[in-house]
Amino acid sequence: MNPVNYLYLAALLFTIGGAGVMIRRNAIIVFMCVELMLNACNLAFVTFARLHGNLDGQIFAFFTMVVAAAEVVVGLAIIVTFFRSRHSASVDDASLMKL
Amino acid sequence: MTTATAASIHSLWTTLADSTPGAAGASTSTLFPAPKIEYAQLSPVLIVFGVAILGVLVEAFLPRRTRYTAQLGLSVVGLAAAFAAVVALAADGYASTKSHIAAMGAVAVDGPALFLQGTILLVALVAAFTFAERRLDPAAHGSRVDSFAAQGSAVPGSDQEKAAVKAGFTTTEVFPLLLFAVGGMLVFPAANDLLTLFVSLEVFSLPLYLLCALARRHRLMSQESAVKYFLLGAFSSAVLLFGVALLYGYAGTVSYGGIADVVNGSAKLTPALANSTATDALLLIGGAMVVVGLLFKVAAVPFHMWTPDVYQGAPTPVTGFMAAATKVAAFGALLRLLYVVLPGLRWDWRPVMWGVAILTMVIGAIVAVTQTDVKRLLAYSSIAHAGFILAGVVAVSPDGVSSVLFYLGAYSFVTLGAFAVVTLVRDAGGEATHLSRWAGLGRRSPLVAAVFAVYLLAFAGIPLTSGFAGKFAVFKAAAEGGALPLVIIGVISSAIAAFFYIRVIVLMFFSEPRPGGPSVAIPSPLTSGAIGLGVAVTLVLGVAPQYFLDLASKADVFVR
Repeated sequence: MNPVNYLYLAALLFTIGGAGVMIRRNAIIVFMCVELMLNACNLAFVTFARLHGNLDGQIFAFFTMVVAAAEVVVGLAIIVTFFRSRHSASVDDASLMKL
Repeated sequence: MTTATAASIHSLWTTLADSTPGAAGASTSTLFPAPKIEYAQLSPVLIVFGVAILGVLVEAFLPRRTRYTAQLGLSVVGLAAAFAAVVALAADGYASTKSHIAAMGAVAVDGPALFLQGTILLVALVAAFTFAERRLDPAAHGSRVDSFAAQGSAVPGSDQEKAAVKAGFTTTEVFPLLLFAVGGMLVFPAANDLLTLFVSLEVFSLPLYLLCALARRHRLMSQESAVKYFLLGAFSSAVLLFGVALLYGYAGTVSYGGIADVVNGSAKLTPALANSTATDALLLIGGAMVVVGLLFKVAAVPFHMWTPDVYQGAPTPVTGFMAAATKVAAFGALLRLLYVVLPGLRWDWRPVMWGVAILTMVIGAIVAVTQTDVKRLLAYSSIAHAGFILAGVVAVSPDGVSSVLFYLGAYSFVTLGAFAVVTLVRDAGGEATHLSRWAGLGRRSPLVAAVFAVYLLAFAGIPLTSGFAGKFAVFKAAAEGGALPLVIIGVISSAIAAFFYIRVIVLMFFSEPRPGGPSVAIPSPLTSGAIGLGVAVTLVLGVAPQYFLDLASKADVFVR
């Protein structure tokens, strides 16, 4: 199978994630969409590594996974404190500073 | 041809079953040579990370009452030692003649990198003083407290929080978090491949997200700003990462020099993609997405939406640090990306950056006029300043680089000082940041108001302040680089911006103080030192900028 198809899939996943960030209102879902975008990047990296025949892209995918894990730790900590003080994780409720 | 390529590809991660173990071992040792790390040249970064880890151990093993002193001492000593290491490297010639690429191509040690690292370390040192300030808030149950929450995880207003306040808890974790962020920022402008760029971006962003959520007063606002900063920051780094993937797909390498060679045509495209017509799309879209990720960090319009909310909600010492140091680090990375990786594409990216610079200057200045909160006002002013710095970036000349370096150094101290002044003006609810509350401040506390006026004049770019010298340098470089319309728009938006800075000065000095207005807290030498240093740098860079302009122009050559 032509590996370029995996690139189309990666672009599609990235777009779905990006659209989710824009339109979903729950902070956790928004965060999951960001993770989907990161995974789309990983798929693209691995596919390009296969196309180019070098390992840089595969190494990059490992780093992305580690960074994504660190991001989950920080992100869930922030979202959980936010939820506990408001009993809602909706990003629409975050409007204390609107002019 | 195809079968040969396929076989060579697979031989990278598989080995034939009948090959002898000895032969496989030999080929492995040629594929993976031990990396050569130049520890001395990376010492500023290593010192900062080492001290940050020590700070984590302090949190784990020292009793609570001794942590504050230990953390503050460690941070100050570590940052000063790292700054000394940067100065030693620069004096050794790494900024000019001996500049080269260290750590197997991952980190560049050259003039711009060392200049920006020095700036970031000085900014962080001053920021550590404002983080440690403990005389502004009234003592809670007999113990002095700083601007950070007693316990970050406690729900605001809950019994748990009351108990934490009563026990005199303070969040001394902010110092290691500050140091981790500084470590990432030191690597960011020096990153010489896209992997280092992405990892250092996350290393400095993640601690900042946490720091934003830790305000002692207005905790709901603070948590809200952290959520916004985190979600938008994670989104922007995902965009940057996809751009990195596309650039890697285009060039087959993530090193800056390797990509630049492919862009210039001096290295061949990989055979897998040479016959495809989509390679230009990979380059253009990938480059654009990486630049968007960086423009988000420098808060350029239209990627500035997070700035006012995050600057307003975050604890003010953190805002000052973020506004100053993040901008320095992100502009350093942007400069290196555009000048080292994509100079072959400058006819494509210059018009786009022109547009972004114009939008950023004009929108930053105009929206600032309508603001009624001091922190939001300073946020929009920082957006406008990002536009002025971008004018220097589009110059595409050594003068452009050196003017941007100088501007960043000048601007970061003004910002840090201005936010430090904001922490002083207080009422019963904490900081009084609404502009109407600042009316008549000059009558009541002439010194504080005068210092703030100096900062505002520097933001406005009035002669004899560092803001004028910086603006003059970037606009001169932009005009010589052929961007005269940009300069004209820049001067006009400076004039608009000057209007609201002067308006605040008039409000402070020429209106009657209202009864029940805020009082000005008497700070400890920590904050006074930070503010005094800011004023000194502002005036010295304004009156006698030549030495520092020379320093910046000696540091304007990127290594490749």
